[in-house]
Amino acid sequence: MRRFLLSRLLQSLVVLFIMSFVIYALIGLMPGDPIDLMISANPNMTAADAAALRAIYGLDLPIYERYWNWLTAALQGDLGYSRLFGQPVLDVLLPALGNTVILMGTAFTLAVMVAIPIGTLAASRPRSAVDYGINLFAFAGISIPSFWLALMLIIIFSVFLGWLPAGGIAGANAGFLEYISYMVLPVLTIATLSIGSYTRYTRSSMLETLRHDYIRTARAKGASRRRVVWKHALRNALIPVVTILALDFGFLFSGALVTETIFSWPGMGKLIFDAVMGNDFNLALVALLFATALVLTANLLADICYAWLDPRIVIGGGKV
Amino acid sequence: MTLEATQTARARTTGFALLALIALAACGNSDDASQQSAATGGEDDRELVIGMTQYPSTMNPNVDAMVAKSYVRAMLMRGLTRFNHDWELECGLCVELPTLENGLAKLIETPDGRPGIAATYEIQPGATWGDGTPVTTKDIQLAYDVGRDTTTGAINTDMYRRIYQLEVHDDKRFTTYTDRVTFDYNVLGDFYPLPDHIERELFESDPYEYRHRTNYNADVTNPGLWFGPYLVAEAQQGSYLKMKRNPHWWGKEPYFDTITTRAIQNTSAMEANLLSGTIDMIAGEIGLQLDQALAFESRHGDKFNIIYNPGLQYEHIDTNLDNPILRDKRVRKALMYGMDREQMSKQIFAGKQPVAHTNVSPLDKTTSDNITTYSFDQERAIALLEEAGWTDIRDGVRHNAAGEPLRIEIMTTAGNKTRELLQQVIQGKWKQIGIDLRIRNEAPRVFFGQTLRERKFTGLALYAWVASPELVPRSTLHSTEIPTTDNNYAGQNYPGVNIPELDAAIEAIEKGLALKERLPHWETVQQIYSEELAILPLFWRPNPYVYPRWLRGARPTGHLDSSTNWIEDWTRE
Repeated sequence: MRRFLLSRLLQSLVVLFIMSFVIYALIGLMPGDPIDLMISANPNMTAADAAALRAIYGLDLPIYERYWNWLTAALQGDLGYSRLFGQPVLDVLLPALGNTVILMGTAFTLAVMVAIPIGTLAASRPRSAVDYGINLFAFAGISIPSFWLALMLIIIFSVFLGWLPAGGIAGANAGFLEYISYMVLPVLTIATLSIGSYTRYTRSSMLETLRHDYIRTARAKGASRRRVVWKHALRNALIPVVTILALDFGFLFSGALVTETIFSWPGMGKLIFDAVMGNDFNLALVALLFATALVLTANLLADICYAWLDPRIVIGGGKV
Repeated sequence: MTLEATQTARARTTGFALLALIALAACGNSDDASQQSAATGGEDDRELVIGMTQYPSTMNPNVDAMVAKSYVRAMLMRGLTRFNHDWELECGLCVELPTLENGLAKLIETPDGRPGIAATYEIQPGATWGDGTPVTTKDIQLAYDVGRDTTTGAINTDMYRRIYQLEVHDDKRFTTYTDRVTFDYNVLGDFYPLPDHIERELFESDPYEYRHRTNYNADVTNPGLWFGPYLVAEAQQGSYLKMKRNPHWWGKEPYFDTITTRAIQNTSAMEANLLSGTIDMIAGEIGLQLDQALAFESRHGDKFNIIYNPGLQYEHIDTNLDNPILRDKRVRKALMYGMDREQMSKQIFAGKQPVAHTNVSPLDKTTSDNITTYSFDQERAIALLEEAGWTDIRDGVRHNAAGEPLRIEIMTTAGNKTRELLQQVIQGKWKQIGIDLRIRNEAPRVFFGQTLRERKFTGLALYAWVASPELVPRSTLHSTEIPTTDNNYAGQNYPGVNIPELDAAIEAIEKGLALKERLPHWETVQQIYSEELAILPLFWRPNPYVYPRWLRGARPTGHLDSSTNWIEDWTRE
């Protein structure tokens, strides 16, 4: 197991190193630079000013030189400053990550808590009214575009009913309930989309599991339907679902760009997008690497969970 | 069809029906609700929440330039001078505008023997930082030192370079010595004092790192950083900035206790926020596009004051003069006669976007009527094309004697619906006179960052310039400003205009101290511009301001000194 973890850690470091260069190069190859944005806001800026600024920001250097400068500084613990926000990268990144973890974590938890029971329920009563109802809900969740759902929720709950704020994040002195009120609509948007797919995965997996011989044996031995489903089948049915959840878990930290943009939620998705579009090399790079690292970690966790759920699976040459 | 597929199809159908019902219910009721929300928007009598599409980056006035930043900054601090609603220069932080007439400005000789100008300013006597420290010439000196230091990355380095010396007389008075004689010698709108008692040490300890370490980034709620009507009370990066009254503000007492600017990038969400009362208004300087505002007005115009203020955003088409077809002035004129701009203004922009005739706004005091104008005239356009040798029409497209088709490519920013629509209308009109216009659009970053900057557009480029009152068009029309590989693509003369007479007129404008001296040269510039047509003028783009009906005193300016420069005049009915 230790060997497995060590090998995966080394692989992850190599992936991160390669990704850092790829991301840096891709952002660097995009046309335009931050000075172009400054020129568009200031018609009095002269060509000489622009050239001087490019030199000060290091934008006149070749891409490999800029990358090398960044890498050597980063290895010494200096991740640099965000050009867009004028602050150390981590000072910008960590609050955004915090906002994303709260938003996406809540949505993820809600989605799992709803999807697994209703997916199981649907599978346990196939082709019943309950099954059709749950399927309808699941397909609706999968089919609705997030921007449309978000706007509809705003129109219903903010414009029409006036119950919840239409977007933004609560102020520093806001109470718990006010803070929650800003989260309700974005969480509902993200969770609805996830519930749809998780419910379908759970239902399919459970249907498959319920066809196995050992389930039939359990039934023949007189176990109740509830016991068969929740005690015997669920654990096995969850194996593929957990893999998907674990993989999704990594992506949670990249944020949800569309939802965050529509609800003006200052999370990672919006931050990464703004950083890439604003040519904020340091911020974009570190944020994307952070997201990559979390996806890799989630993959590793998925492997471990997989083995935990199914004792037949052995990783790293030994049993977990 | 399998059972699973049947189930899926049934579920999908029912799902869509349910969705349609929800949507209908929401849309059907949103009108009543929005009426209710608009009426209650800004319920807290002394609080104003403004929606805008950008969040300002660093708030240090010497670092970075952004429209969002100018908008917010005007509530927190004031430049030494500003342009007012009549586009006249006036004092912001200064007491009296120095001019040659009032003797506060004087012609001088620079140490190296060139003509220059000295201008003496006095800081408002009551001007005080939010922590109670008076604003003095020490703060002016710090701003000057930061601006002159080539390692700080300050913007407006040209302004600081021109001021070769700053002489401090006392706590409130100082003189700038400029190394050239230009008419805008007393314009210091981008000159903001920096608090010496807070920022000096940071700057002196490491000028290169100053732009990162400044308290305008690290400690934005420090009251000592601001001297405007408001101070920053709370800030959430990328989301909102809340401002409260400055107890030490020397000017007219503002009405609102707090003003919050909220960044909402998605304009549909912005509208929903407005209708729900989450925000009270949308900043015109950095809010809805014209088409969005027109659509919004048609649905909710009765609940808000929507003002379309003509501004200095100039939509036009650059012609690449390296293109052999476009090098012929007759073709360029034919293109102008072949466009029905009046009709486009009426049909697409509901008449809110006036037709432009040159690069000088009709609201600018330097505008001239003695220019060539072009109204829609297809017969004249055809005659000009025939005269230029495009006589042979095959498959609806004109060809010249060499058999080459009259085919031109037009580019603009992909995703800008208004411009894409304009392209299609123009394409249709030009097709009627035998011009094959091909549309090829690019993402804004590629278009502005590479194609325009490196003059890689082969035919026409449709985009807008943002100007300021009496902005001398050196960077866009002077022959020395043509981007090339030799000058590392510096300059913004993208068409490649090279007319000695135009260069001379631009230089003469810069040197003319009195307006009456400059006016003839401005007229020359506009005459050449309208006659040569290296750039095809289209429209003056207005900014749509969406104000609540109860807001009074907010007046758009139409230029880059935003309406918030007069925030203390804004009140509630």
